[in-house]
Amino acid sequence: MAERKSVYQFGYRRSLDQDSKNPVRRPVVIVGAGPVGLTAAIDLAQRGIASVILDDADRIGGGSRAICFSKRSLEIMDRLGLGDRLVEKGVTWKVGKVFLGEHQVYAFDLLPEAGHKMPAFINLQQYYLEGYLVERAAELPLIDLRWSNRVTGVERHEDFVRLTIETPDGEYELDADWCLACDGARSKARDCLGLKFEGHTFEERFLIADVKMSADYPTERWFWFDPPFHSGQSALLHRQPDNVWRIDLQLGPDADPEEEKKPERVLPRLKRMLGEREFELEWVSVYRFNCARLKKFVHGRVIFAGDSAHQVSPFGARGANSGIQDAENLVWKLALVLKGEAPESLIESYELERGQAADENIGHSTRSTDFIAPRSSQERILRNAVLQLAPHAPFARRMVNSGRLSVASEYDSTLSTSDVEKFAGSAKLGLPVPDAPLEDRAGKSHFLLQTLREDFQLLYVKDGARPNVPEGLRLIVIGEDLIDRDGIFAERFDATPGSAFLLRPDHHLCARMRRYDGARIREALARAKGIAK
Amino acid sequence: MTALKTENSFANPDAAYEILVEAHRGLSEAQSAALNARLVLVLANHVGDLAILREAILLAKKAA
Repeated sequence: MAERKSVYQFGYRRSLDQDSKNPVRRPVVIVGAGPVGLTAAIDLAQRGIASVILDDADRIGGGSRAICFSKRSLEIMDRLGLGDRLVEKGVTWKVGKVFLGEHQVYAFDLLPEAGHKMPAFINLQQYYLEGYLVERAAELPLIDLRWSNRVTGVERHEDFVRLTIETPDGEYELDADWCLACDGARSKARDCLGLKFEGHTFEERFLIADVKMSADYPTERWFWFDPPFHSGQSALLHRQPDNVWRIDLQLGPDADPEEEKKPERVLPRLKRMLGEREFELEWVSVYRFNCARLKKFVHGRVIFAGDSAHQVSPFGARGANSGIQDAENLVWKLALVLKGEAPESLIESYELERGQAADENIGHSTRSTDFIAPRSSQERILRNAVLQLAPHAPFARRMVNSGRLSVASEYDSTLSTSDVEKFAGSAKLGLPVPDAPLEDRAGKSHFLLQTLREDFQLLYVKDGARPNVPEGLRLIVIGEDLIDRDGIFAERFDATPGSAFLLRPDHHLCARMRRYDGARIREALARAKGIAK
Repeated sequence: MTALKTENSFANPDAAYEILVEAHRGLSEAQSAALNARLVLVLANHVGDLAILREAILLAKKAA
């Protein structure tokens, strides 16, 4: 039961690279076929770049692990061809409720407005996401996915990385122009380079369990402080597909992880919570967590992404979601560098932007943990004071912190061109552009994000003739190519006739202006590609 | 570092003190501590300024 069942099994296949006398050199080698590595490989392939993925396992394990996938992750997955499939299989939710004892003290709605293709969140077992990503990768001939390939050595050279790999057929070496270390919290690549996390480990232990049961709880995230069934601690209940429910129970700092995993300990705890209802335990684990990061994510030609680069508590769903955003941030830059369209220094902006995101995630995660698990009796008094005031005062409801859920990161970046004119609306420089419902010329409905591709793109609001945009920049004229029938695009972008919005390949807004100006656009485009002026 | 008012603000400071004292009359140690925590939160939100809050904390710490 505590064992991880295998959900998808894959076979080891010998690669011709293993027969080569000298190490074969590949443009990109990715260590780890988890959500981050697979996202990177698929995104690279869609941009015409070949990659090899190495994974030490030959299967995707059971156990739900990550379950909450954010709107931003779903938008990225949609671009990779998996959005609809994930939403269809996943459980869509947007409302969270927080209880003190038996009483609700606070509720939040993560997506209170309509007009977005993707929901605020879906819950889905990580193995489904990984399974779908593997299937998508198999459709792309540019991806060479090698199971049972365990990386045992990572050696940095001036302009390449030499990997030593152990397989059922013995050892071989492989060279990579770029190596993406997406090999998770216990990264072997990190060890090989002798790199250490900076941050701290929280003492508090938590029991995490997936149970199968039919229950009519609503599809919401329920979080309890001091519930009647688990006195003095916190508890979380959240629905996944296939009648599986995620339960997270705080155990305190002194809990024995081995003892607490035993069915004779777990089952009574769950029965106190779930009552007389029949349930089946699918997976259980006891964990502690770090809030920590590598000081630098880019080490020459070795680049860390996802849990290998940073770790947080699970309460904000900021682990897998931030890793997926790492991959997307890195890949378009790496593709431009590999195609010779941008200088290698563009990669430094990955460090800058995703470093900011990691700091933000660690900050949120640390504050949530301090609220959920106060470190002293006085901290607990203060925390309880917030909870007691919450039903009576709106300000206190805003302070209740059961996890601040992952949203897209806003980059304060050297790739952005500062606004000259003022803009209102929810579109913000450095953020991914908001979605909006639009119609094409034939009157067919589309969401804005569905119509975007993987290039730099300019959204221009019609005001006379189509502007002559620089070569390689894709132009979408709002009011001609796409019609803003309901005015929602205009509202979210604060768009007026003649205004122009420059989008990066990851759909983050990097420049905008009230009147299209070719020279300013060219300059902004060069800046966004890291081409020094 | 002068956003925090430290001059007397009340027309009748003795009455203000009395209100605070009376709020704690008859409470246990734990009840008093909890009341103070709620009071700090309510007043901090009323001030609504992180700089002032930081200064207030510094002053309170320094006075110990």
